[in-house]
Amino acid sequence: MMESGPITGPVATDATAGETALRSSDLAGIPAKPNPAAEERGGTIWQRFAFRRPLAALILQRLGLSVGLLFAVSLMIFGGIEALPGDFATTYLGQSATPQAVENIRQDLGLDRPWSERYLSWLGGAVQGDFGTSWASRNSVSEQIGNRLGNSLFLAFFAALVSVPLAVGLGMLAVQFRNRLPDKIINVISLAAISLPEFFIGYLLIMYFAVEWGVATFPATVYNGMGFTDRLSAIALPVATLVLVVLAHMMRMTRAAILNVMSSAYVETAELKGLGTFRIIARHAAPNAVAPVINVIALNLAYLVVGVVVVEVVFVYPGMGQYMVDAVTVRDMPVVQACGLIFAAFYIFLNMAADILAILANPRLRHPR
Amino acid sequence: MSDYKDYLARQVMLGKMKRREFLGRAAALGIAASSANMLFASSAAAQEPKRGGHLKLGLEGAAATDSRDPAKALSQFMFVVGRNWGDMLVESHPTTGEPVPALAESWEPSADASTWTFTIRKGVKFHDGKELTIDDVIKTLQRHTDEKSESGALGVMKSIKEIKADGDKLVLVLTEGNADLPLLLTDYHLIIQPNGGTDNPDAMIGTGPYKVASFEPGIRATFEKNPDDWRTDRGFVDSIELIAMNDATARVAALSSGQVHFINRVDPKTVNLLKKAPTVEILNTSGRGHYVFIMHCNTAPFDNNDLRMALKYAMDRETLVERILGGYGKIGNDFPINDTYALFPEGIEQRTYDPDKAAFHYKKSGHSGPVLLRTSDVAFPNAVDAAVLYQASARKAGIEIEVKREPGDGYWSNVWNVQPFSTSYWGGRPTQDQMYSTAYLSTADWNDTRFKRPDFDKILLEARSELDEAKRKDMYRTMAMMVRDEGGLILPMFNDFVNAAGKTVKGYVHDIGNDMSNGYVATRVWLDA
Repeated sequence: MMESGPITGPVATDATAGETALRSSDLAGIPAKPNPAAEERGGTIWQRFAFRRPLAALILQRLGLSVGLLFAVSLMIFGGIEALPGDFATTYLGQSATPQAVENIRQDLGLDRPWSERYLSWLGGAVQGDFGTSWASRNSVSEQIGNRLGNSLFLAFFAALVSVPLAVGLGMLAVQFRNRLPDKIINVISLAAISLPEFFIGYLLIMYFAVEWGVATFPATVYNGMGFTDRLSAIALPVATLVLVVLAHMMRMTRAAILNVMSSAYVETAELKGLGTFRIIARHAAPNAVAPVINVIALNLAYLVVGVVVVEVVFVYPGMGQYMVDAVTVRDMPVVQACGLIFAAFYIFLNMAADILAILANPRLRHPR
Repeated sequence: MSDYKDYLARQVMLGKMKRREFLGRAAALGIAASSANMLFASSAAAQEPKRGGHLKLGLEGAAATDSRDPAKALSQFMFVVGRNWGDMLVESHPTTGEPVPALAESWEPSADASTWTFTIRKGVKFHDGKELTIDDVIKTLQRHTDEKSESGALGVMKSIKEIKADGDKLVLVLTEGNADLPLLLTDYHLIIQPNGGTDNPDAMIGTGPYKVASFEPGIRATFEKNPDDWRTDRGFVDSIELIAMNDATARVAALSSGQVHFINRVDPKTVNLLKKAPTVEILNTSGRGHYVFIMHCNTAPFDNNDLRMALKYAMDRETLVERILGGYGKIGNDFPINDTYALFPEGIEQRTYDPDKAAFHYKKSGHSGPVLLRTSDVAFPNAVDAAVLYQASARKAGIEIEVKREPGDGYWSNVWNVQPFSTSYWGGRPTQDQMYSTAYLSTADWNDTRFKRPDFDKILLEARSELDEAKRKDMYRTMAMMVRDEGGLILPMFNDFVNAAGKTVKGYVHDIGNDMSNGYVATRVWLDA
């Protein structure tokens, strides 16, 4: 399971090359030299840097790849919008479109130019940090996204703050009582929560906490100038929904990873030494199980930021997801592009962070064989 | 009508309207002065508006893409936003649909109805303190006439040839006579803005009863009472909050938990459940919007009037009203006008579901094989279900209809007004003339039934400049019969506007003009704690 992580990327291989250069003179780009000291070894500056600072090299290379990925993503989003039936002019005007009005908008926005030209002109602005203005509202995209992104991160942060410790804690608890009643209860409840669609959980929470008992705030609309405590009480129900949705995935991964480690020889030794079960799990098993858990957590965090449009709609929460869906509906290309890039950047960043944390937690992963 | 009388009477009670003005307005409703006095006494005792409070509305239809410019307002949300902060020159009467003075105090047509002179109200102030002038009015109308403004009122403004001032009066010269011109100026895009909005169309500064306090597109809009409002018979609550709620269940939950006072677009499928809630009142108003099945009169096989008649008789209207609208609607009679329009031609026989007549016309048409009907739920809510119900009722008459579900994306550009038989929706228009001119005139862009009849066009244009109401009504009857018996329109139902409010909301005026009390809901109601 651990070997399947992303640590087998190209940079890690370079780092490996440094260490194994003594034995493998046939490694490309690394001439075998009698003196193994790194300072005197040949190769490019990059290879020497990669040898001395494997982690920094990994981050740098990943950042470079990310930029390439973002380009690819922007091209794919652009192509996707082009492939949808109707352009901005016809979808924005809808039933009230007249040929004259459609023509006006097309000329105004330059939609009559070939797509490659439009993509390049958008790209030209974007690399300079200018995402342009929304076609529909004529407002600055960056400014609007600033607000929406802040809202999304606010919600995701609190959902993560509750769900991650809870999931890891419950996972450890499940291992300690494995195949006994607490383990089974935790499993059944978390599986039930993940099996219900998120909108259904949302509606259930609204029905009981807001409508029947009137203890929670609904709708969860947050707006500029709203106080911090008001915001917190507004997001209570959506946070609860998201926690229930992501909890099971992380909890079960924690449980499986720790159980995997628990069957290894050194855990048996620890048991024979007479250590308590919880101490064995927390001190000996958990650090070795952390890599896959971190990966799952990172995936779920990414989901909390970019994938919660249904929860946003149900709770009337003004996040990024709703913003992007609104924009796709009318083919508002600058907004869709900006949202798409931000979402892609989040995924890339969180995955990278997961890899780095996994390596930090377990130095052996830095030099896989 | 009684709602509006109550409403007027309330204003007198509050000292908002002089008794003489009340009698005048009541007279406009055709009520004799003596009975109006009595009415005043009884209505005023029943309802007395309270001032103050914070009104919250949860509305469908907002998007992050909403523009602040009233010319580009499209959604239900922006419709209400505009009504709160702005005024038009003319408003329409909630129950009769006749024009009533707003920023224009009075108006006078020339004998052929081709030149209109409007007296603009004096002493009206914009929210920024500037006084309303004739110049602001002219610049506003000119901005909406400009092709480049992308104004939603462009179609309405096309008939105006010249906009000019005569001293402090506004003169509009039309390309041809139009007896309904004042009603055209009630269009919700035509908010009078300082300097016509040419400096900053997005400023949201107008003469309305509320000032915009904050606006976040697709999220929320808040308003504060305009202390300098030129009218005292509106704007009872101190502040308003409009919250964008695009999820029907979220709206219902917010209303039943008391978090908002009013919601729009109650789903017909769940309205009967909501009705049972003790704190909630369903507000349904007859409207002019209609769900339609449209055939192109010039495209085979629909160029055969017998086939069109067969398809009209094969429509089970009652079932559709019951199943698709949950009973919140009225059956249609295959012409786009109902009794909420002024000069409605009464007494036209109601067409009903008649499989025998349908089979007769179908046989006579000589058509064989299935008829392809394209639809999508974008056309109107539950349009696909409606098409399937239609398929079932037509089968009983021996007519085979093939229902093809089209993607919602691009439906309005690829299917509607392109394919020969499809489903669609029409919102109402302020006047019969406008409805027919928009969709049944030979040259209209949106003639989605390809109904091209020079004799029809001729009567339409004659009726437009006819100031004698009896003659006009007669012409409208002829036109209705032509569309009903020879057109490509199958009109099974007019939908009601279904809104809901908490029981603390009082004074809701059922307005036939449009949804949500013609958009004026927030300015007309008050809260009774």
